[in-house]
Amino acid sequence: MTTATPTVGAGVQATAKPGRAARVRKRLNSRTATLVSIVLALLWTVPTFGLFISSFRPENQIKTTGWWTFFSDPQFTLENYREVLFSTGSSGQLASYFINSLAITIPSVLFPIAFASLAAYALAWINFKGRDWIYIAIFAMQIVPLQMALVPLLKFFSTGVTIAGIQVLPAWDLVDEQKFAQVWFAHTCFALPFAVYLLHNFISQLPGELMESARVDGATHPKIFRTIVLPLITPALAAIGIFQFLWVWNDLLVALIFAGGGNETAPLTVRLAELAGTRGNEWQRLTAGAFVSIVVPLIVFLSLQRFFVRGLLAGSVKG
Amino acid sequence: MAFARSRQALAIAGVLGLALGVTACGTGNDKKSGNASKPECAPYAKYQGHDGKKVTIYSSIRDIEADRLDQSWKQFEDCTGIDIDHEGSGEFEAQLGVRVDGGNAPDLAFIPQPGLLKRFVDSGKIKEVGADTKAMAEQNFTPDWLKYSTVNGKLYGVPLGSNVKSYVWYSPKTFKEKGWTVPTTWDELISLSDKIAASGTKPWCAGIESGDATGWPATDWIEDVLLRTQGVEVYDQWTTHGIPFNDPKVADAVDKAGTILKNEKYMNGGFGGVKSIATTSFQEAGTPITTGKCAMHRQASFYANQWPQGTKVAEDGDVFAFYFPAVDPAKGKPVLGAGEFVSAFADRPEVQAVQTYLASGEYVNSRAKIGDWLSANKKLDINNVPNPVDKLSVQILQDPKTEFRFDGSDLMPAAVGAGTFWKGMVDWINGKDTTTVLNGIESSWK
Repeated sequence: MTTATPTVGAGVQATAKPGRAARVRKRLNSRTATLVSIVLALLWTVPTFGLFISSFRPENQIKTTGWWTFFSDPQFTLENYREVLFSTGSSGQLASYFINSLAITIPSVLFPIAFASLAAYALAWINFKGRDWIYIAIFAMQIVPLQMALVPLLKFFSTGVTIAGIQVLPAWDLVDEQKFAQVWFAHTCFALPFAVYLLHNFISQLPGELMESARVDGATHPKIFRTIVLPLITPALAAIGIFQFLWVWNDLLVALIFAGGGNETAPLTVRLAELAGTRGNEWQRLTAGAFVSIVVPLIVFLSLQRFFVRGLLAGSVKG
Repeated sequence: MAFARSRQALAIAGVLGLALGVTACGTGNDKKSGNASKPECAPYAKYQGHDGKKVTIYSSIRDIEADRLDQSWKQFEDCTGIDIDHEGSGEFEAQLGVRVDGGNAPDLAFIPQPGLLKRFVDSGKIKEVGADTKAMAEQNFTPDWLKYSTVNGKLYGVPLGSNVKSYVWYSPKTFKEKGWTVPTTWDELISLSDKIAASGTKPWCAGIESGDATGWPATDWIEDVLLRTQGVEVYDQWTTHGIPFNDPKVADAVDKAGTILKNEKYMNGGFGGVKSIATTSFQEAGTPITTGKCAMHRQASFYANQWPQGTKVAEDGDVFAFYFPAVDPAKGKPVLGAGEFVSAFADRPEVQAVQTYLASGEYVNSRAKIGDWLSANKKLDINNVPNPVDKLSVQILQDPKTEFRFDGSDLMPAAVGAGTFWKGMVDWINGKDTTTVLNGIESSWK
């Protein structure tokens, strides 16, 4: 292998990059930039803040006055939260739907990450015939809009696959809690192309010398994958994990179709959408409901965001 | 290190998932069994024999109304052992199509649009009602009502709940104070409006904002006025495209509605000018009546649920409704309304039993007693209807002089009735002229 040319190229890049990056960093650190970003952040937060205040105001206050009147006439209640979390009947019970959301989200994040990292490793470092074509095919699958696949996928679950009158795959015939499997399957399918593509970019950029020397030492593919690749791509895994988590947690469409709206399987989002009264009133519940559903993504994002930033940067700057 | 931690996390997540799965399975399956021998179960004897079976129902009914539904068939469930699993969704109309096409249809659906019902009949998805159900429906409903769920001479659904749209809400208190009287003809309605306008109050308030469905309250106005100016025959031709949407007779009705809706002197009490109608949400549109900022608001019977807490809805209370008067009372009493139809996507015997039961007198009375609901079912006893506006509606529906017609926009193809018609009405309120708007809607009807 010739290593001379790449090294020169990398060297040139290495000297040019810090200069440009430093200039950008300097500009972003200036006082005006900081001020502008603080003002922007405040402006973006105001609606959420208003919603937050509203969620603690009594129903008739919410319906008759704006949230800012809270400051001149503070009235505080936990009634909205009590109603959406614990009341029986169709107006609440978010607490149990919260569990459904977790049961849907955790596997729907772990499955695609596990499969995608395996696939990405295989496509990048195992030599077999036609692997480029497979990679291109997976890459191309990203252009299929999710909405187009909903009805065929639902058919796949409910009637199986028949080719020319012969039942190739049976129907899944799932009821109640078993429908979680459908949602996991759907989310995994929809997430895989992008996750494989992203992880492939990371994994294929790992230095080849590392793999070669490991193989010289007698390491097998599973061993290399576990002890070398996985630790190195942790930031990327975390980034994809956060992406996928937020996407699945906030998803309404996929869950509505594959999990149904029953209380055994429906996640928070479906419940939240039904919390409005039949004719659009009762929105004091929505303010509290929104905050119940925001809590978990906030925790996940804040606790993993350093990985997130690192994961994003890891792909953008070479060397 | 990092790897060890991630493996740990994986293990924890796996255990958590398993635990959740197990607990979820443990609580779910409580099989119901029938108590046919109890005396109060006598009326349900003919629905026996389906112990432990489950029937799923899908509808657009949510929230308190959904709770009341569950309550209304509780005794039926207890006595027959059939477990009715109702699911209400705000995305009902769109979701039903997806589920049916995906082979995952509910057993029963409450479909509020005959146009949508016909679509599923045409694609062969809805099952024709069984003989028992048909007999029950023909016994309890007028042919007018069954017509909406009949396609090519076969019955594909039974009517369930109904509402009456031809109402004008007003404040009996204010009317009494000011010496205004409830008008009984169109001319009286206009002269009352003029009188109120002259006194400095805006007589009418209206609002047609309703999220994705913005515009629908205005279509009700047009339908109501067309029924009054042209009668039911022309109305039927219009909703079935027997005459074009922009027929001069329709244009005349729209202009007549415009003499109220687009009249700056009349509109829009408490909200601003005529254009504020388009941006006022229909839920809030009537509230100025309670503060005396406007006097009248045309909206359906279900608006009784929209008044602010503490408003007394009664003939001598804060608000009440009167029948939207006919232009010429001698020509009959046209009433605009709507309702939903119970259609079956499966023909298992227990599904048919539930469908039959929902058309029966036992069911409508059991649901009506719980409140805020009415039906055109002839077995409905008016004494079981607690709400005074619903009482009035039942009287109107059971009055033999009444010429009931279904909401036209629900009968039309969805692209028109729930599409261009709604949008056209918003443009019309915002100042576009009648001819342009009607031509635009007509050209969208294929």
